[in-house]
Amino acid sequence: MHPVLKTVLQRLGLGLLTLFVVSVVIFASLELLPGGFAEAILGQGATPETVAAFNREIGLDRPAFVRYLEWIGGVLMGDFGYSYAGLGGSIKRSVSELIAPRLYNTFFLAAMTAIVAVPLSLLLGVLAALYRNSWYDRIVNSVTLTTIATPEFFIAYLLMFFFAIKNKWFYTLSTVSGSTDLWEHMYRAALPAITLTLVIVAHMMRMTRAALINLLASPYMEMAQLKGVPRREAIIKHALPNAWAPIATVIAFNLAYLVVGVVVVEVVYVYPGIGQLMVDAVSSRDMPVVQACALIFAATYILLNLSADIVSIITNPRLLHPK
Amino acid sequence: MTAQAPDIRSVRARRSFFENVKRTLATAPISAWFGMIVILVYVIAAVFAPLIAPYGEAEVVGKAYQPSGPAFWLGTDQIGRDLFSRLIYGARNTVGIAFMTTMLSFLIGGTLGVLTALKRGWLDQGISRIVDAFLAIPVLIFALMLLAVFGKSIWMLILILALLDSTRVFRLARATALNVVVMDYVEAAKLRGEGMGWIIFKEVLPNILPPMITEFGLRFCFVFLTISALSFLGVGIQPPTADWGSMVAESKTLITFPVRTFPYIPAPFYPAIAIALLTVAINFVVDWFLHKTSGLRDEL
Amino acid sequence: MSSEKKRVKGETLLEIRGLKIEGNSDGVWHPIVKGVDVSLKRGEVLGLIGESGAGKSTIGLAAMGFARPGCRITDGTIMFDGIDLRKASEEERRELWGSRIAYVAQSAAAAFNPAHKLIEQTVETAVRHGIMDRAKAEADSVDLYRRLQLPNPEKIGNRFPHQVSGGQLQRAMTAMAMSCRPDLIIFDEPTTALDVTTQVEVLAAMRDIVEQFNTAAIYITHDLAVVAQMADRIMVLRRGLEVEQAPTREMLKEPKEDYTKTLWAVRKLAKQESISEDIALRIHGVDASYSGVVKVLDNVTVQLPRGRTVAVVGESGSGKSTLARAITGLLPPSKGEIYFNGKPLPKALKDRDKDTLRRIQMIYQSADTSLNPRQTIRDLIGRPIEFYYGVGSAERDRRVAELLDAIELNESYIDRLPGELSGGQKQRISIARALAAKPDIIICDEVTSALDQIVQEEILTLLMKLQKDTNVSYLFITHDIATVRAISDEIVVMHQGKVVQQGPKTQVLNPPHPAYTELLLSSVPEMDPDWLTNLLAKRSKAKA
Repeated sequence: MHPVLKTVLQRLGLGLLTLFVVSVVIFASLELLPGGFAEAILGQGATPETVAAFNREIGLDRPAFVRYLEWIGGVLMGDFGYSYAGLGGSIKRSVSELIAPRLYNTFFLAAMTAIVAVPLSLLLGVLAALYRNSWYDRIVNSVTLTTIATPEFFIAYLLMFFFAIKNKWFYTLSTVSGSTDLWEHMYRAALPAITLTLVIVAHMMRMTRAALINLLASPYMEMAQLKGVPRREAIIKHALPNAWAPIATVIAFNLAYLVVGVVVVEVVYVYPGIGQLMVDAVSSRDMPVVQACALIFAATYILLNLSADIVSIITNPRLLHPK
Repeated sequence: MTAQAPDIRSVRARRSFFENVKRTLATAPISAWFGMIVILVYVIAAVFAPLIAPYGEAEVVGKAYQPSGPAFWLGTDQIGRDLFSRLIYGARNTVGIAFMTTMLSFLIGGTLGVLTALKRGWLDQGISRIVDAFLAIPVLIFALMLLAVFGKSIWMLILILALLDSTRVFRLARATALNVVVMDYVEAAKLRGEGMGWIIFKEVLPNILPPMITEFGLRFCFVFLTISALSFLGVGIQPPTADWGSMVAESKTLITFPVRTFPYIPAPFYPAIAIALLTVAINFVVDWFLHKTSGLRDEL
Repeated sequence: MSSEKKRVKGETLLEIRGLKIEGNSDGVWHPIVKGVDVSLKRGEVLGLIGESGAGKSTIGLAAMGFARPGCRITDGTIMFDGIDLRKASEEERRELWGSRIAYVAQSAAAAFNPAHKLIEQTVETAVRHGIMDRAKAEADSVDLYRRLQLPNPEKIGNRFPHQVSGGQLQRAMTAMAMSCRPDLIIFDEPTTALDVTTQVEVLAAMRDIVEQFNTAAIYITHDLAVVAQMADRIMVLRRGLEVEQAPTREMLKEPKEDYTKTLWAVRKLAKQESISEDIALRIHGVDASYSGVVKVLDNVTVQLPRGRTVAVVGESGSGKSTLARAITGLLPPSKGEIYFNGKPLPKALKDRDKDTLRRIQMIYQSADTSLNPRQTIRDLIGRPIEFYYGVGSAERDRRVAELLDAIELNESYIDRLPGELSGGQKQRISIARALAAKPDIIICDEVTSALDQIVQEEILTLLMKLQKDTNVSYLFITHDIATVRAISDEIVVMHQGKVVQQGPKTQVLNPPHPAYTELLLSSVPEMDPDWLTNLLAKRSKAKA
């Protein structure tokens, strides 16, 4: 088998294994609670009968691995079970139904951010690396360092304060619903997207700069220079073919970071995404929803890192052209 | 055997530890000085909070939402507690908890990292695989999930975050220690017949300490920001404990109040600024540190 | 093979006057080159020689009008064929680089771009400067590959850098430098990273092609014997200044400065061989492997007499360092037996008692990695004394002072850290640490390879003195024949995990040799400008 194919398959296998382990961990976290989940929810004073009834209701009375298989089987079919919020009531709300519209909203916000942030930060990072130690580089360094060190909610409130309260250019709350049209949706999601863009650009351009400086310092770049190749051409012809792996890693890392940053920003702007849903579910200890959200976040994270690794593998000349 | 005499007898002038510190500080850039002073102020505020704060941590001393004035420098919060006092106590609570968490995380991650780097074998394989799986989930998401299961107590928060963060520390400690473990002086100690204790404490630890201290600063910032975010989301440090993250969340409605006096800063910005200032300060100091050490590395 | 055509020397091509270069470390600029003049005629080869820190590579690059990041040319003129390179614009310099002045770097593996085929990189300069079109440049590259005796010249260009060997890569880089038929080539230690047997081929190919095209060259190296084969004229540098300059034969016959003689200091050492039948360590039929598949040691039998030195010599991959690991117990042999003082030695490190560990000590190639940078000299030398003899601190300090005296270092060093010492001083500390245990045998793994010649000579002399005083045995692992000649009583030649030959020094070094010993010994450059020519003639005759 070709080494590239072999390595890619190995990496895919590892990715699947990680996903499996993570799903087990997410599922098992519920089992770790001393005294059981029912007691924690119902309180110490709950009678054994109520506990048993509660456990039967949510299916906790059966062996763990059976429930795991049922759960993961359902997840693979897109069924995450039922929310605790509707338990005992007349309407059982399915988790998938709760999540679907919010997942769309979150991906909408993430996509909006990524489309702006990724090219912008690559550009800024490349410039900072090329004009290393210039004034531009120093200023950008201080600004991004400060941005990284600032909590996301602070940046969000600052933007809200200046652009939605002092100047009423945007809404303070980014409420959207299924009936909101595309342009309106973009307008309402603009402030959250700008907040996320600021954070991502700061991280990503610093990483781009570091990766590029590392690349430009390699002996073959000096060789290209001493062969009389102009700098621009050397970068395109000699640095770029070796840059895909680091660039992919930087992008994946930051998109994965975006997944986390989304939680806080959604809460600040009351944007109905999956992050806000998860925070609400954590407060009300609605475990099926929490687990579903955690699994979705984790899977996105793992898949992003997996794709970066695969890009690194298929652009590695040593693997592409074996001895 | 002619010209080598100076090579053997001469030696570079030797400086004492304090002279070195003095020389190093003298070359520190303004940003690093700023960082160090800010950190010092925070430490003082945290240690002497009861002495500095005009009112108690959870004491209701006035009406709700009073503007800043001579009695209440920064005004009062939604139930009439003094914001300035709570801000100072926040240094103790938020920073203290983050510090404890980071210490615990380094204790766990650092120990395991160094041990596995030395021992290798199945233990290393096992722990590394588990850590890889944990690293595949973002800390904030994992923390949210675990807090949902275990409930919201401060000790749970510290334990959960320390465990999650220790996976990152483990990775770094292991990698750094691996670089040291392959050194000939560690092999020389093994060949001499030294025990594990000597090798860890005398040969490995002193050499991984400098990078680990830098990393401590960065990990602390990360933990501190995560705790603040969790508290802001309402699942971290719980009221009535004064904590910067939850203070932002509690007073967030004030941001929409009309501008009253100049220079008016909305109340939720004070704790937010307190958080940002500390992390910026630490980052400045760490940045300078990294710059110094990397500068030494590509010496000609 | 070598063309006997005499070089034609023309008018002056390169004229450097009063060159000063500074380097930046930790924010402070300090001088690297302190006023050097270089002049070079068309078709002439100048050898720049000096030890680490002499500034020779920096001068070589400055001859192109180039300074590495962190360096700056502060003074002097660099005239190349009437063009002032210091005043020339970036654009003008770039026009010269590659087309009229070319560079061959030390590490070809790093200087080739891993993402492109060799031919792509070879033709790049010629196509880029508009000297040839692509098809012509490719045909020309194949021709250059052939002239440089690369195997399969038509096909090798289609390979990627990681697919060919180090020696081939270095020749491919020479082809790349030659592609525009430059007036001047800078060779920056091009064979330093290669094994001696590979070095011969690369040197021959490079010399040949420079001669064929009558190209002027600056050849930078620390090895006088190598530069003697390549250069018409040699310039000796030390700490950024010229020591002396003379035509090659003159320089070798009678150097004016004492410093120049120290550049081959080790070659002047020769221990009087002495044979003993009292065997301290006997390695019998030992096999060892890392993964269990490939044997790194294959049926190795070696004897080390008491109070004598056995040199284990071989190229990279010969298994000589693995032999040390097998003896110390770090890599237990899969077969065979090691006898120490007549008794079988437990195979694994953990099965050996403290006294056995004490009796076998080791000194490493690099004192930088073998001395813990955070321990003082007192701790470094004192620890084995404490550990093996359980003495108190006063007695320990007394012994440390004694040992410092034995290695000719002042007692005042006792509280210093290794970082405050020079390379030679650090290696002395390593020796003292090994001696502190009062061992029966010391394994020396390439202990002098990282040091300058004069320091090597001092360390070797010290080791011999200490052997006389303590009757310790050395197992001396090295790739350098001059070192072997200097220190050994017996020699073991290793190749691909097998012992090719073991015997007294005079016997191994003098014919008749087994084939590999012959190849190895004949490949070591000698201080004779005709050595390479004679060797090639001899080899081609033998082939015919």
